[in-house]
Amino acid sequence: MKLKQISVFLENRKGRLWKALNILSEAKINIRALSIADTSEFGILRMIVPQPEKATKILEDNNFVVKINDVIAVGVLDEPGGLDRILGILNKSDINVEYLYAFVEKRGEQATVVLRTEDIDAGIKALTDGGITILSSEEVYNL
Amino acid sequence: MIWNRKAECMSAEEKEELQLRKLQEVVKRAYENVNYYKKRFNEVNVHPDDVNTLDDLKKLPFTTKADLRDAYPFGMFAVPKEEIVEVHTTSGTTGKPTVSGYTLKDLDIWGEVMARALSMAGAGKKDLIQNCYGYGLFTGGLGVHYGAQKIGATVIPISAGNTQRQIQIMQDFSSTILTCTPSYALYLAEVLQNQGVEPEKISLKAGVFGAEMWTEEMREEIENRFNLSALNVYGLTEIIGPGVAQECAEKSGLHIFDDHFYPEIIDIENLKPLPPGEKGELVLTTLTREGMPIIRFRTRDITTLRPAKCECGRTHVKMDRITGRSDDMLKIRGVIVFPSQIERALLNIKGLEPHYQIIVTRPHHLDELEVQVEASKHLFSDEVKHVEEVKKNLEDHIHDEIGLRVNVTLVEPQSLPRSDGKAVRVIDRRNL
Repeated sequence: MKLKQISVFLENRKGRLWKALNILSEAKINIRALSIADTSEFGILRMIVPQPEKATKILEDNNFVVKINDVIAVGVLDEPGGLDRILGILNKSDINVEYLYAFVEKRGEQATVVLRTEDIDAGIKALTDGGITILSSEEVYNL
Repeated sequence: MIWNRKAECMSAEEKEELQLRKLQEVVKRAYENVNYYKKRFNEVNVHPDDVNTLDDLKKLPFTTKADLRDAYPFGMFAVPKEEIVEVHTTSGTTGKPTVSGYTLKDLDIWGEVMARALSMAGAGKKDLIQNCYGYGLFTGGLGVHYGAQKIGATVIPISAGNTQRQIQIMQDFSSTILTCTPSYALYLAEVLQNQGVEPEKISLKAGVFGAEMWTEEMREEIENRFNLSALNVYGLTEIIGPGVAQECAEKSGLHIFDDHFYPEIIDIENLKPLPPGEKGELVLTTLTREGMPIIRFRTRDITTLRPAKCECGRTHVKMDRITGRSDDMLKIRGVIVFPSQIERALLNIKGLEPHYQIIVTRPHHLDELEVQVEASKHLFSDEVKHVEEVKKNLEDHIHDEIGLRVNVTLVEPQSLPRSDGKAVRVIDRRNL
């Protein structure tokens, strides 16, 4: 099960991150998860939102460059070793992780990890074979 | 379509004879009626009688923009003021403006050369020419206007700016020919796209673009976006305005209307004339102008003359598109760089928006060149390493073109300034 992620190009300039988030806020789009990759010159804001197409359109209308791509979401127990198991499986299968970010659910028992492997399909297969449950879009949006 | 077959397809012998006769006349008129020329000729000890062949032109001194400025406002006029029926000035982008005066006959010549130019773009009586060059002291607007009227086409004198109205009129009137700066053409295309105007609603078949430097890649971009034939027009206020040279449908150089404007190419270092085929600064002499004859004007524009026969049948000598200016060329760490080179490199990258800005600084006694490029969906990715690869790729392309390492910065779309006229491509913060 692939999950849609939106990525936004941010110039390293005061107020740009706020501007992007403000646009989503005005449009009443709730961000389920986010991470920022930053370099000295630019940043990439990655987000999981319930309506990725709508969010993309609104951001593009406001002159942001946006890309939608697939990522994998898995649920892990919110306890020591939770993430270790997942990465162990991927490592064993020789699958590269480009980046990942995690967030803890409200109930606090489980954490959700968003993963971007070089090859998404291979990543899903390895994790499924390893007994990990991949979360569907609905599951992530309704957390 | 050839507007004036007799003049445009003249044999070489006939042309040389005509050019020599006109040259002798204009040199004599300039010497006898303009103090500046008399003084300059006397200084180097030449006299109009010394001009016996076209080659003798090289004995005469050059005229520069500074000379014209010194004569501000009317010092270069060769006729009594009452004979002057119109004046124009340069925009003063490189300093104090220079004035250009026209007699009735000069205006007729201007209309004639612009009629030839517009005809090369296929303009006829039935065409609607949307003229977005500025009307006023700038020569662009009225130059195109006179040519269009001579042909009998319908001219829409909309002038520069007011993009929304341009787009409205373009659709409502079904304009067939667009005349403006190439950067404004790209801007119009972008606005049309943003507003979701369907390409079928635009009837443009050709564009006559000039007044700033542009590249072959930019031509392709404009042609693809508008589905028209984009042609290069060249001219300068000091000589007449637009209509000194124009590209024909062959798109392999601009025909100089050399029965009115005599071209030479000089070496920018030693100022000696160069043979055809060699690159240097274009020098122009007006052969027929009455109001303000100009002898050997240094245009500062860098080009090459191509005398070979053109497929279109015209015998007007061709020049390459302007590749730079001898005075706005950048020297970066001692290396000559023309902004057009950087543009060429950038436009070779697929998916790149043709909006960029070059910033020159000297942070630690060494010149640094930063090229800001607007990011697009094509260039962007969710992965840092891909975006950095794109940046490096741009830097490598520029390096291949100019031989210097530059720093490319991706900026957000629409963040670089757009202009209605000449795009500001270079910001030099070195205070040289």
